[in-house]
Amino acid sequence: MTTAAARHAPPIRWALTWATARRVLAQLRHDPRTIAMLLAVPAVLMILLRYVLDNPLALNRFAPEFIGVFPFVVMFIVAAVTTQRERARGTLERLMAMPLAKLDLLVGYAIAFGVMACVQVGVVLAISLTWLGVQLPGSVVPLALVSVLDALLGMSLGLFASAFARTEFQAVQFMPAFVLPQALLCGIVVARDQMTDVLRWLSDVLPMSYAVDAMQQIAAGASWSGPVIRDIGVIGGFTVCALIGGALTLRRRTR
Amino acid sequence: MASPSAAPAGPPPRTDPVVEAEGLVVRRGGRVVLDGLTFWIPHGQVTGLLGPSGCGKTTLMRTLVGVQLITAGRAELLGLPAGDPRLRHRVGYATQEPAVYTDLTLTENLRYFGTVLGLARSALAGTIAQTVADLDLGGLENRLVGTFSGGQLARVGLAVALLGKPDLLVLDEPTVGLDPVLRRDLWAMFHRLAAAGTALLVSSHVMDEAARCDYLLFMREGRFLAAATPQALLAGTGAADLESAFLDLATAGAQVRR
Repeated sequence: MTTAAARHAPPIRWALTWATARRVLAQLRHDPRTIAMLLAVPAVLMILLRYVLDNPLALNRFAPEFIGVFPFVVMFIVAAVTTQRERARGTLERLMAMPLAKLDLLVGYAIAFGVMACVQVGVVLAISLTWLGVQLPGSVVPLALVSVLDALLGMSLGLFASAFARTEFQAVQFMPAFVLPQALLCGIVVARDQMTDVLRWLSDVLPMSYAVDAMQQIAAGASWSGPVIRDIGVIGGFTVCALIGGALTLRRRTR
Repeated sequence: MASPSAAPAGPPPRTDPVVEAEGLVVRRGGRVVLDGLTFWIPHGQVTGLLGPSGCGKTTLMRTLVGVQLITAGRAELLGLPAGDPRLRHRVGYATQEPAVYTDLTLTENLRYFGTVLGLARSALAGTIAQTVADLDLGGLENRLVGTFSGGQLARVGLAVALLGKPDLLVLDEPTVGLDPVLRRDLWAMFHRLAAAGTALLVSSHVMDEAARCDYLLFMREGRFLAAATPQALLAGTGAADLESAFLDLATAGAQVRR
């Protein structure tokens, strides 16, 4: 059993990664109410937005920002609670005592939540572009891509945040703590160039600012422009950093 | 005078032990939980780790399976330091709280953990069926584990520990809350596994389980009060049963320390 392969285990093994993703999706499949909420809540909020604004031009401007923010917020909560549960129920400790690499676990999570995010974004986009009559100046692809990246960003931040929560209750509380300041500073409430220097600096280091900026560019017709691609790069960078942070918080051995 | 835990504790003859620990100290949150333990565990026997709740049994088990950092001393399993990645295939661990996914079915749990343990896809179904039969969980395969009774849940935790056919099985209070028939069956299975060469370390705070072990480690406040076969303990203390033997040793130990 003590082969060289076991000693120099590769950082990731796709069979285990894939098994982890399937396991997370199976857990979700047994929880139809959560699936219904994941799909229905963003759609209902979009419908509300449509009737609250009641103005096609304003809707075209704001809809992309909202479509990008939902998956971020939802995946943050789902990932924070799921991971906290793994810690609290001992399954994480069990896995850490087994031949599972941390990356197998984290990438498995990312695949499962990524699949969920694709479905969620697909539903809200379909409703927005057909029934609600949202019109995009360009292709729908960059909007969908940024939304799914936002979901993965929310997932990786939620995973990281869960390390600091002792209970599921605390894990849920991290959502407003992590997300609401970003929502205030990201440029939805007040344009970023109208903020004071200190607030703008803060805004510059928060990932949601780039998510919203990308959506604003897309809404303004700049589908694959330099700024959008830069924003996508920054969102991806934040996601990778948060995942590395999350991996560091997964301890094989406790003190 | 030497402290009671300084003397090596383990069954003679000392040949090729599965676990070997020397001066093992674990401190958690400033408190000494394991206080210089020296012992070994042989192949093919059921070693019982007996002692009251909070005496350090779980910490000792977590240290051996490699999820607890060692403060001082050493612990080796199968010739490798505790926590070595190469041990992860070879040591099975069942925690007190059955650490399984309550929102998955029994089969889904076993399939996932089996894959993580590296069981080949072709062998997986057979191993799962065998484990389910061994633990008398037949008929529950497609039910959510969250709907299981306490005793069934405990057996799911055991099933996961058994899946990888490990060389060393570390079982933390595996029979708590089980009915007597099931308890008897499980102990029979432990001895079957031991006869096939597996080493088992089984903790319990119930003294009537001590008599079912081949060898006993009596633990109290992070130290070993005694390490011997049940027969030797009874003969040595002159007590009528193992519970009285433990009490005698605990009282004597307290006097020594004073």
